[in-house]
Amino acid sequence: MISGLRTRLVLAFLLVAAVGCGTTAALTYREARNAILEQAQDTAVSSFRDQIQELHLNLPPNTEQMQGMVRGLARQGKPRDWWVYVEYGSVRLSSGTNPTSTVITPELRRQARGTPHGSFQRVVRNGEPYLTMVMPVVFKTAQTGTGGQTQRPTGLTFYAVMRLTDEQANVDAMVVAARDGALPALAIALVPALLAARSVLRPVRDLRQAARSLGRGRLDTRIPVKGGGELSELARTFNESTAALERSVDELQRAEARARRFASDVSHELRTPLAGMLAVTELLDEDAAGLDPDTAAAVRLISSETDKLAVLVEDLMEISRFDARAAELNTDEIDAAETIRRTLQSRHWTDPARIVLDLPDGIRARLDPRRFDVVIANLVGNALRHGRPPVTVALRTETRPPAPRTAEGAADGTPDAPGGGSTRWLVTEVADRGPGIPADVLPHVFDRFYKADQARTRSEGSGLGLAITLENVRLHGGTVRAANGPGGGAVFVVEIPLTTSEVTA
Amino acid sequence: MPRVLLIEDDPSVREGVELGLRRRGHDVRTAATGEAGLAALAEFRPDLLLLDLMLPGMNGVQVCRRVRESSQLPIIMLTARGDDFDVVIGLEAGADDYIVKPARTEVIEARIRAVLRRIEEPGGGRPAVEFHGELAVDRAGLTVAKYGERVSLAPSELKLLLHLCAAPEQVFSRQQLLEHVWEHSYHGDARLVDACVRRLRNKIEDVPGSPRYIQTLRGFGYRFGPL
Repeated sequence: MISGLRTRLVLAFLLVAAVGCGTTAALTYREARNAILEQAQDTAVSSFRDQIQELHLNLPPNTEQMQGMVRGLARQGKPRDWWVYVEYGSVRLSSGTNPTSTVITPELRRQARGTPHGSFQRVVRNGEPYLTMVMPVVFKTAQTGTGGQTQRPTGLTFYAVMRLTDEQANVDAMVVAARDGALPALAIALVPALLAARSVLRPVRDLRQAARSLGRGRLDTRIPVKGGGELSELARTFNESTAALERSVDELQRAEARARRFASDVSHELRTPLAGMLAVTELLDEDAAGLDPDTAAAVRLISSETDKLAVLVEDLMEISRFDARAAELNTDEIDAAETIRRTLQSRHWTDPARIVLDLPDGIRARLDPRRFDVVIANLVGNALRHGRPPVTVALRTETRPPAPRTAEGAADGTPDAPGGGSTRWLVTEVADRGPGIPADVLPHVFDRFYKADQARTRSEGSGLGLAITLENVRLHGGTVRAANGPGGGAVFVVEIPLTTSEVTA
Repeated sequence: MPRVLLIEDDPSVREGVELGLRRRGHDVRTAATGEAGLAALAEFRPDLLLLDLMLPGMNGVQVCRRVRESSQLPIIMLTARGDDFDVVIGLEAGADDYIVKPARTEVIEARIRAVLRRIEEPGGGRPAVEFHGELAVDRAGLTVAKYGERVSLAPSELKLLLHLCAAPEQVFSRQQLLEHVWEHSYHGDARLVDACVRRLRNKIEDVPGSPRYIQTLRGFGYRFGPL
């Protein structure tokens, strides 16, 4: 866009320069051409006329006399050589080879009869310019009484044809000179044009850079406002808009931070009483058998709900730590397959009819064992709850070029590519044979407390399981995405960059 | 049944844990502050100390250090997950294990049992006292001496050393050690192992920076020796 604007500005500038140059050149050319041609033709006409008047002839002239005159006149062409033709009655004589000229027009002949002073005409024949002149020879008789003279035609008419080639060459040279002058002038004009375009466009460029910087999230971007032109007005408007945007974003961020701090504070405050309650739930459960049925049911309710509340508060705390970026990654180099097997064993998900494993041994990965355990447990637990068995857990590694990847419903991580080359990824896939995830739910599966069915007011887990999964994977620099498999059923794919190089002692 | 001293400032947690443990047969004494807890220590003579990290006045880490100055009493810290910094400091101060609050009584009791559990006696035919370099390890008497001088080790340090030197030159991953020494789950907190190894090295190695007995195998774990 800016290059278009620059081009247009430069072109406009050059157009103005070209019009200026062209007009000046055209006017100069016209004047100079006229001056050259008129000078030539005036000289020719007057010298031709003078020479005619100085002729001494006897009437009626004989052919030899006329031939002599023609030759004499032809020798005295001014400013150039000319051909001379004479007509008397039916006699046609010339200084050249042809008795008549093809250049002389009938129009000139007509004029010759009307004007005793003679006349002339410029003619172009076969691309060559000629000056043609006609001069009738007249008697001059003194008129008594008036003191004037009367002129009577003698019937003898002289023509002269002069080539204007040299004059034309001069004029052509002028055109060339004008052109040769105008083109460098235009080229030189390009420099101020570019400079002018640059200075005019500088505010536009500033604006573009500012807009780009704004797009990168630097909301404190401002443009220096200079002078009072239209562009500085634009800069002022831009600054005002960014300031307003910055205020709104600040306000939003403060509100979000308040909300998050509130969630964190609430869960912190809940934790202490819960710790006391959770310590005594067993006691309640054991003694419930000895109470009357209603009290026993109430006691068991309190006990089981306390357990759920403890899970919920723990998950809330975990999410709060992710939001506050206080979550730590305590990594260790472990065997990925062994880690997954242990996760499933510790939750007694070992029935081969319900869980099918494809876990190749020997893949060592630097992971936070606790967080990876949470990821796998959440995904498998989710598949067992919402899908249908068997649930497949598959592990593999993939080597990919370190291209930035984004995927639908995926968390973007920024894996460190070792050596800048291709990155190895640990890919874990958890798939079930259930009905799959409805298309309208798919983008929200990782949302907090998202409920596919609004009528189900309470989720079976804390409602934070997949959100925590997402955050844990992200903390590892990886991505997790949800999709539906080709044979139906939900498929969750976790991809974590494999880094096995650095180890803390 | 073990005698447990609980130092916890929050009354509901204090009372809840006390109720739960007492129901399971433990002899429980409680204290609301670190100072009161230290005072009760000499008189109650507990088998184990359950220590909240966040205490008014003298905090849990300071209490832990004070106890370790004179005794190798098993110490389990009570902490909240997310107080990661405190966990590391507490472990460096000499705690043997930690429990994340809120926790069910069965979890607390399992940890207490694990910390108090003695390493199994060596099988027949093995000598009670093994010599590894300058170290003399008495598996029956549960004592370790270096250059003939007794080294006092906290329970977790002693168990870790006994476990490692029972199979010299065998590499144990952090997860394996968590399972066998601490009886944690496979996915437990490996910092527990690392902190314990650091403490153990400070006590038994000549140059803790370049260990001879407890060696690190980068990316795999720890092993005893080769000497």
